[in-house]
Amino acid sequence: MAIATELPQMPRPSNRPRTGVDAYPLLRWLHANLFSSITSTVITLLLFALLAKVIAGFVQWGILNAVWSVPGNDTGACRAARGLGACWAVIPEKYRFILFGTYTYDQQWRPALATLLFIALFCVSSLRFFWRRELVLIWAVALSLIGLLMWGGVPGLPFVSQERWGGLPVTLVLATFGLAFGFPLGILVALGRRSKLPAIRSLCVLYVELIRGVPLISLLFMASVMFPLFMPEGFNIDKLLRAQIAVVLYAGAYLAEVVRGGLQAVPRGQHEAADALGLSYWRKQRLIILPQAIRHVIPPLVNTFIAFFKDTSLVLIIGIFDLLTTAKTAILDPAWQAFSIEVYLFVAVIYFVFCFAMSRYSRHLEAQGKRT
Amino acid sequence: MNFRALLWQIVVVAIVVGIAAWLWSNTVHNLSVRRISTGFAFLGREAGMPIIDTWLPYSPRDTYLWAFVVGVVNTLRVAVIGVVLATILGTLVGISRLSSNWLLSRLSLVYVEVLRDIPLLLQLLFWYVLMQGLPPARGAWKPINGVFLSNRGLIVPSLPLDGGQAWVIGTALLGLVAFYFLRCDLLARQVRDGHPRRIWPYGILFVIAAPALLSWWLGVAWTPTMPVLRGFNFAGGWTFAPEYFALLIALVTYTSAFIAEIVRSGIQAVPKGQWDAAVALGLRRGFVLRQIVLPQALRVIIPPMTSQYLNLTKNSSLAVAIGYQDIVSVANTTLNQTGQAIESIALIMAVFLTISLGISLFMNWYNAHIALVER
Repeated sequence: MAIATELPQMPRPSNRPRTGVDAYPLLRWLHANLFSSITSTVITLLLFALLAKVIAGFVQWGILNAVWSVPGNDTGACRAARGLGACWAVIPEKYRFILFGTYTYDQQWRPALATLLFIALFCVSSLRFFWRRELVLIWAVALSLIGLLMWGGVPGLPFVSQERWGGLPVTLVLATFGLAFGFPLGILVALGRRSKLPAIRSLCVLYVELIRGVPLISLLFMASVMFPLFMPEGFNIDKLLRAQIAVVLYAGAYLAEVVRGGLQAVPRGQHEAADALGLSYWRKQRLIILPQAIRHVIPPLVNTFIAFFKDTSLVLIIGIFDLLTTAKTAILDPAWQAFSIEVYLFVAVIYFVFCFAMSRYSRHLEAQGKRT
Repeated sequence: MNFRALLWQIVVVAIVVGIAAWLWSNTVHNLSVRRISTGFAFLGREAGMPIIDTWLPYSPRDTYLWAFVVGVVNTLRVAVIGVVLATILGTLVGISRLSSNWLLSRLSLVYVEVLRDIPLLLQLLFWYVLMQGLPPARGAWKPINGVFLSNRGLIVPSLPLDGGQAWVIGTALLGLVAFYFLRCDLLARQVRDGHPRRIWPYGILFVIAAPALLSWWLGVAWTPTMPVLRGFNFAGGWTFAPEYFALLIALVTYTSAFIAEIVRSGIQAVPKGQWDAAVALGLRRGFVLRQIVLPQALRVIIPPMTSQYLNLTKNSSLAVAIGYQDIVSVANTTLNQTGQAIESIALIMAVFLTISLGISLFMNWYNAHIALVER
């Protein structure tokens, strides 16, 4: 297929007489954007045919022939429609399990509320107004509240062990706590990597390169298999926490590289001015360098966070019940086994909404940064 | 260096060494309690694990060491082909993003956004379920004669390599290398004395004529072996197992979305004045893109592209989720069979660190090769 490689075309001279297609704005638009040349016309028609076929196929499968509900656990209707139509009945049947895993059923309003708290926390953090020191406090309060909600153990909220947690809150916990602890770690490592002290610098380089050179899975394996070997005999910590530690170490290395990029963008004069004022190393970094460095790299930080949010799904491989694992487990039920596509699409939409929102936000920040 | 700096370093190093020593002593103690012997002696023992989809000869009677080698080859098989395909697809999508055709650029945007914002593991499981949902071998889809797509995977006609075909292909590859160096030399001479030289006849001679002559002389037959359905499976032809195929599709499509964005921003990073100047010189569009814009765009593209190649290679470790036996999967089985957790994970890490280092070195060399030569 020939690919139109034209860059955005020069604006047409405006003093040309407007005749024929040029007289109608819609036709003009169509001509300029869809039928400007023979190649372009062929591409448009081909894509249009393809698109029509795909959309028609999806509408047929996903809407017209779909089964939306079945009586009880009797999936006969779904099986009859298999291959022709989707079985969306699996979603209302399983969505509680997919979203909240094995969390005590009548207490599931708690993880739901925790999820909302997480979302509120992200929204607050994305507002420029809140980019100040108090944000750390807000995070601390919100995360403790979430912990309280999820664990309970106070009057009115019965205790729920984290072995029973599952679904969306676990994904959010892994990602958010990974960021909350990985970010300070990343800042320290980035500073260490730019430090003048050779021993500290080489330790930081070693850490970053080692973590970035291996897949996250090997770190997760390490957390699930090797961690118990590392600890004193009889001392054992929960699987979720072990995975969380691996995720923090992983996030720390990647965030360190992003922060380092920001540090490099701070002009030398800023360092020299801070030194001239007689500030100590830590005061200089805290008051002068880091605020500027981090402002530079907020869009890539958001991108790292997106990558990282998606990567939490890898805990499936060591058997932690995050959103993807609950989805995969939900369709182990023999009655619903054949309808995994529907469940995966449902979960994909959830992931997509989170990541798309973040990527829009990062795009918006970048555009803003360019304007100022 | 002043005293405080020295003190700081000693303190930090002491803490790190202290923690490492503590972990080490715990590990040694735990291993002795669990009666697990350390060391790589287990590599010489019989593996006993089946590896179905492999290019190397392998049977469960072989050693763990050989199983690891087979796993590494399986990883490389996905990674290398994946990198090539993802680069091609990503570049096409990236250029489409800049197309003046509204529909094409919009659809490319949707492609990029959808693939980037869904976890790779989810996409992988999705493709794998789709593969399993394909009809069985008897009702396989036949898009082209001799190509079968079924829940046994993709089966294509194979080319026998034992009748001199390998020699001919080898000659063509050698010719390609020779042609590359000759071209460099001719171009250098052209720069020196200003006489344009015709290059393409050498290409035809080295890459096409010489192998064709050899093929005719050896009397090599180029008839492919068609796969045929026998019982419940296919005989003959090359098979791409569903696991491999699903993993390859997932990795290629996912990575191509990122590569598309890199290519797009790389082309956009070339100032518009470069286009204008080239057009003002009366050069054709294709020539401008190839000779003026792309060389400049490549300088922006190569570093982020390197990290995408590294990501693809590391992401190939997700194979373990669908049962494609790459190095991680083999190590995981080994770990479960022998309990040699530390050694198995160390092997995974060593393999990936080596591959990462190899890709980085190659891409750094390439980057230096195309870098702007300044006075």
